[in-house]
Amino acid sequence: MIQKIRALGAAAVVVASCLGGQAVAQTKQLTLCWAAWDPANALVELSKDFTAKSGVQMKYEFVPWTSYADRFLNELNSKGKLCDVIIGDSQWIGGAAENGHYVKLNDFFAKEKISMDDFMPATVVGYSEWPKNTPNYWALPAMGDAIGWTYRKDWFARPEIQAEFKKKYGRDLAPPETYDQLKEIAEFFQGKEIDGKKVYGAYIYTERGSEGITMGVTNVLYDWGFQYENPKKAYQMEGFVNSPDAVKGLEFYKSLYKCCTAPGMSNAYMSEGLDAFKSGQVAMQMNFFAFFPGLYKDPNVGGDKIGFFVNPKQKYHFTQLGGQGISVVSYSEHRDDALAYIKWFAQPDVQKKWWALGGYSCHKAVLNDPGFPKSAPFAADFLKSMDIVKDFWAEPSYAELLLDMQKRVHDYVVADKGTAQEALDLLVKDWQKVFKEDGKI
Amino acid sequence: MSMPSSAHSVAEPSQWSKRLASLIVATYAIVTILPLLWIFLTGFKTPPDSIAYPPKILFEPSVEGYVNLFTTRSRQTPEFLASLPPPQTWYERLVRSRNMVIGGPSKVVPRFLNSMVIGFGSTFLAVCFGTIAAYAFSRFRVPLADDLLFFILSTRMMPPIAVAIPIYLMFRNLGLTDTKLGMILLYTAVNVSLAVWLLKGFIDEIPREYEEAAMVDGYTRLQAFFKVVLPQATTGIAATAIFCLIFAWNEYAFAVLLTSGEAQTMPPFIPFIIGEGGQDWPAVAAATTLFFIPILCFTILLRRHLLRGITFGAVRK
Amino acid sequence: MSALAEQTVARTPRRLALRFRGMSDRAIAWLFIAPTVLLLLAINIFPLLWTIQLSFTNYRANRPNAPIRYLGLDNYRDVLTDPEVWHAMQATAHFVLWSIALELVLGFGLALLINRRFRGHSFWTTIILLPMMLSPAVVGNFWTFLLQPQSGLFNSAIALLTGVDPSSFQMIGDVRLAPWSIIMVDTWMWTPYVMLICLAGLRSIPDYIYEAAEVDRASPWRQFWSITLPMVMPFLMLAILFRAIENFKMFDMVNLLTSGGPGSTTEVASITLKREAFEKWRTGYSSALAIILFVTVFGVANIYVRALNRVKQR
Repeated sequence: MIQKIRALGAAAVVVASCLGGQAVAQTKQLTLCWAAWDPANALVELSKDFTAKSGVQMKYEFVPWTSYADRFLNELNSKGKLCDVIIGDSQWIGGAAENGHYVKLNDFFAKEKISMDDFMPATVVGYSEWPKNTPNYWALPAMGDAIGWTYRKDWFARPEIQAEFKKKYGRDLAPPETYDQLKEIAEFFQGKEIDGKKVYGAYIYTERGSEGITMGVTNVLYDWGFQYENPKKAYQMEGFVNSPDAVKGLEFYKSLYKCCTAPGMSNAYMSEGLDAFKSGQVAMQMNFFAFFPGLYKDPNVGGDKIGFFVNPKQKYHFTQLGGQGISVVSYSEHRDDALAYIKWFAQPDVQKKWWALGGYSCHKAVLNDPGFPKSAPFAADFLKSMDIVKDFWAEPSYAELLLDMQKRVHDYVVADKGTAQEALDLLVKDWQKVFKEDGKI
Repeated sequence: MSMPSSAHSVAEPSQWSKRLASLIVATYAIVTILPLLWIFLTGFKTPPDSIAYPPKILFEPSVEGYVNLFTTRSRQTPEFLASLPPPQTWYERLVRSRNMVIGGPSKVVPRFLNSMVIGFGSTFLAVCFGTIAAYAFSRFRVPLADDLLFFILSTRMMPPIAVAIPIYLMFRNLGLTDTKLGMILLYTAVNVSLAVWLLKGFIDEIPREYEEAAMVDGYTRLQAFFKVVLPQATTGIAATAIFCLIFAWNEYAFAVLLTSGEAQTMPPFIPFIIGEGGQDWPAVAAATTLFFIPILCFTILLRRHLLRGITFGAVRK
Repeated sequence: MSALAEQTVARTPRRLALRFRGMSDRAIAWLFIAPTVLLLLAINIFPLLWTIQLSFTNYRANRPNAPIRYLGLDNYRDVLTDPEVWHAMQATAHFVLWSIALELVLGFGLALLINRRFRGHSFWTTIILLPMMLSPAVVGNFWTFLLQPQSGLFNSAIALLTGVDPSSFQMIGDVRLAPWSIIMVDTWMWTPYVMLICLAGLRSIPDYIYEAAEVDRASPWRQFWSITLPMVMPFLMLAILFRAIENFKMFDMVNLLTSGGPGSTTEVASITLKREAFEKWRTGYSSALAIILFVTVFGVANIYVRALNRVKQR
């Protein structure tokens, strides 16, 4: 009897130590949090190199875009330990810096001789700095991105279509350079029968829940002259957000939505655009450059069938900035390993491989390389776009500012509520309220 | 009961009216089940087929949806694919044929397990607490019983989002965010109201004579409870347990706000299964089907008690 | 004492036996109710009190270190004067009223038909029950797939029946149709719920009452109005109560089906609450809104239950 008890006891100790041992034996591990999309898969491939060099296993937590901000801002606000390294959206910088979610990287960069001069300036300002235009770095630029457009090169190349277009509009059918041209092309294709199916002109963002319609409408608004605030007086928005030009721009976006888009696209963001373009529904699609490598490789619409162009201009020429920087979460229990990952990621040869796998490096060694524009059919357009990017507010209260704009714009563009002037006037009031609560005005 | 066969009587309907009724009900049933059937079929389409327009009724079936559900994949260049060893399994072959490589298992199995652990855990606790409380309400004259029972019911009247605001803060301070323990406690608290109401009804139906006879025979009250009442209440307890499980199984609002990685259950996971660009509808359909199968079995088992369960025991057939 | 009892007594350890024999019914009652009440106090009442306290402050959960200011009733005033909140309440009321109305008509109608007890009625009933057992979140999600104008089943089915072009209308994106899309999906899910309750009500009416009415030459319509309807009324009212409470709280299905859109046409109260509390992180403000919602439901339910009890007693 006593032997039995002793044996059982010994077995229990062995089992317990095995289970406990797993926690103690420190198979070093790092969890990286990002959005669930093609570039994330590319990063998984790339990171195998890090594991090989450092012995640290990588675990990933990828969340779809529509719940990305929700989920990870929630996680950061609850001081969660899930993420060690996070590739957070560019607009989170303000809040993450001021609320202590990210580790400030200045000292680390100095120690490891990582210079921000090696990265494209627009990306440093957009993804790393808070406050903007001051040398305080909270992230390493990881994924450069901006809004661009794709179009069906094969349809544009068909002689009958070209002839018809020339007859109607008096000029050759080519990728548009201004928004007026884009609208003409969209109207031309709207409702046309191609290969036995009805097709539509354009695909634009209209998503209500997270940030979709804002990321779409800003491309038009910036081109018409919309500004977030008086360049000479911070937080003065009256007359800049709701200027007559901005109102015209908003009206244009709505007219584009009403005239030339596919039905059922009233709550559509990045993935619906990919679906619409890949299933041959639309002639032109607005989407982030991040998706272009995948689209180019698509068996149905890729290769020779797809072409790319930069966000068209109007009075001005801008495009909405996308992209993210990679940061270390201050609540992480593996800070040293996380910093090692950042150091590894910043190496030029890793950055070159990152571009080759489908990620958009922000490192000058990659972007300034003379072979870069030819390395992919969208590379030249990407470079051009990164020169003209403009971003949304990155204030700590950015979420409220974004949600207010989502509501006002969607109410007007999709739900036919009120006029463009009213929408922008109400938006100014919303934003003034937020800044007042924040103590900024 | 001699009724002319053409008479329209509520007490005994005619053949004609029965046939008409069966036709209407069958039509409604078919129309109502069509969406579910469509989802089931979508689980067996390829992703391009699932978003084809006009929708395809006839299609070539494929298990790509199920494979996509259980794996993570990444697109690779043709050169890289050519350099790999030939695929070993049938699902590898399927994925390779789409120019992709399997990266590893997806999170669906851990999420399903979470749903099971949290579901069964909270059900077990809710039924334990609920049975003894229901017994007390049923057999003893508890002061303020009606008010207490209404209080227990009223805890279900708050919108879950409203309850979630302080719970989120509480969990954050206690370190319970995104833990299975936290979710089990929360679901137990929500389910215990259902359990008390249902079980009180069931226990009310067990005649007191049995316990009283046992106590006359020298059993104490507690012994009578464990040895006499509980065995008689097993059907009721089983039915209650299944209703509690169904609630925890299907719950979304708390799960999406209070879990992120470790303790996430299936309902917040399924709507966000992303494929190569858009939502991977065959994989979502596959997940929905698999997630529904246990509930389907329970529904068939529980047919008799369904009415009771959905009305908190207020209505018994 | 019987043999069984003797054995039980003999096997119970002496100390325990004394303890248990000494435990009065009263003590056991409290012991049994305590865990439930304590759990509910911890997870329901304490948070409720905390919410009330928060509703008087300007606390924001994403700035836990910011100084807390007491605002008195400011949050409540802001909530009650906010046109967006009133719009959300309107959207919620529209949703609740119409979905219950449709579910009542369909559910009661089905129950009347199933009560005829034709062959196979049990099988068809089980089929009709299935939508109710799904997760509302998953339902909201796959109905976006079904309601896609081009690739969705719904538009093509309507096109088949009425001949309109499937891409000429969209349920989710159209300002006029979106509120009906959430009503339609909710009706699809919960009509069986009302049907089951009505069925129970119909089956509780004893046959002899109808037979007596037959003898009195009462017409079927008359029987329906003076026998069936009054006797089923308590059940109908119960069904209305439960559905109303659930639909007032509704979040999952509507959020995944329309995200409250287009614009804010289907933004029901719970969605507004979630946006204020967990996206804008205005914890104090959203606590006030939560309290107002809770008081509304609680108050209305209380009045309703009293009316229900009176109907039951009749």
